[in-house]
Amino acid sequence: MSAPVITVTHGVVGYDGRPVLRDASLTVTPGEVVAVLGANGSGKSTLIRAVLGLVPLSSGSVTLFGRPLRRFRQWQRIGYVPQRLGAGSGVPATVGEVVAAGRLARRGVLRPPGVADRAAVAAALAAVGLTDRAGDPVATLSGGQQQRTLIARALAGQPELLVLDEPTAGVDAASQEAFAGALRDFVDGGGTVLLVAHELGPLRPLISRAVVVHQGGICHDGAVPEPAGHHAEPDHDHVHPHGPDEPAGLWSR
Amino acid sequence: MELFQYPYMQRALIAALVIGLAAPALGIYLVQRRLALIGDGVGHVALTGVGAGLLLNRSPVLVAVIVATLGAVAIELVRARGRTSGDLALALLFYGGIAGGVMLVGLSDSTSANLNAYLFGSLTTISPTDLTTIAVLGVAILVTMLALRPALFAVCHDEEYARVSGLPVRTLNLLLAVATAVTVTIAMRAVGVLLISALMVVPVAAAQQVARGFRSTMAAAMTLGLFAAGSGVWVAANVDTAPGASVVLMAIASFVVVAVLGAAWRGLRRRGAPAVAPVPEPHEVVLH
Repeated sequence: MSAPVITVTHGVVGYDGRPVLRDASLTVTPGEVVAVLGANGSGKSTLIRAVLGLVPLSSGSVTLFGRPLRRFRQWQRIGYVPQRLGAGSGVPATVGEVVAAGRLARRGVLRPPGVADRAAVAAALAAVGLTDRAGDPVATLSGGQQQRTLIARALAGQPELLVLDEPTAGVDAASQEAFAGALRDFVDGGGTVLLVAHELGPLRPLISRAVVVHQGGICHDGAVPEPAGHHAEPDHDHVHPHGPDEPAGLWSR
Repeated sequence: MELFQYPYMQRALIAALVIGLAAPALGIYLVQRRLALIGDGVGHVALTGVGAGLLLNRSPVLVAVIVATLGAVAIELVRARGRTSGDLALALLFYGGIAGGVMLVGLSDSTSANLNAYLFGSLTTISPTDLTTIAVLGVAILVTMLALRPALFAVCHDEEYARVSGLPVRTLNLLLAVATAVTVTIAMRAVGVLLISALMVVPVAAAQQVARGFRSTMAAAMTLGLFAAGSGVWVAANVDTAPGASVVLMAIASFVVVAVLGAAWRGLRRRGAPAVAPVPEPHEVVLH
């Protein structure tokens, strides 16, 4: 067995003293496609944000490619796909410009883009089926197309590990299929994936292992669980409010 | 046109053109990260530097660069913390800056005309040394903003993604803060601290009405900035108005023209093209 790509050991994260992630441990090995599942507010997004160093751990440790997060510098090995594109500021940006930002980790701040960079951007746009939209402002795209832009940005950096935060939330079916296709190609090429999801949809056949986060802890690590009870019904619309957002009631102290 | 035979008018024109080009090149990043009015705040702080310079008999512009840089870095640190008290801290810095400036200028022997020169600009009193400072710093800002465009775009567009890309996000943010301070202080002589933000923001606001991408917005904003600076100085020379105010009014006039033309063009295109039926967003999840 090869060295793990990600390890989280007894990770604890708290916002303003309120624990969001309590004692979570996770290992992802090369070639795995791990889905982090859980209700809204369960701490699943916090888990992957902690893996990337976007939120500090109050205790525990994270390693990436065998190096402690603090000393990790090879960010070009990681492609990050956030939940959505930040609220537009009004300054337009084209799809091509956003995707080109994915090359910065590999290219560095000072070097201007070269032939290899342009080729990688074109390949990433083709992988998500947005080649013909490269010159359009991202603000004119649908939610699903914007999400595909973000995965193209991550793919443009030719990473070994993709980390995706709710990539299919609120995304139309066509984009979900395009998304699943791009992800499948990435996995077939030997890539490793860690993704947070609320619903797996067309991504389901790709997942090799599922981790379920509940109230800040990991309560399942293994096969993808079958939807239970009314969740499994075909007409279940998946828009119901989920369990209490705050594990320890705000007023119950 | 004869007025431009005089060296002081030539200096005024060159200084205005350099600032007209550099201010929007920086301003686009500030607008992108929703800090459009930061230049205004840093300008207030710079005024304290002017006051201190006049009081200590040092070059007011030089002291203003130092004080404005400290202020801009402080604002950036407050912003990076992301605390809710951030805008209150900013307010303290802004009003403290302008009050400190007015008080220090008052304590020095300078006349109120001298204060006015920094509040509203005084292009026609730019000395050859001033012009050298403005040109060198302005070109430095311009080169930095253009050379670092991909990285600065990434940081201003999606700061978290930039961090996961391993970009030196904090350094780039501080660089932007320092660049803002430098731009404010050199633009202070041209349009004055009260009108500086206009040159950073208005050309960008005009450009984004019609441009489709970031690069084209930047190019259009710099063109409009150059046009506003040149035509503003020309108007000021011919009609004998305050150059700073004329430059800003030309910028706002170009914004109005571009916005109206852009809206008319979009309207025409919409009427010309056959109406495309809106495709309804498919359901959120695939149902069996």
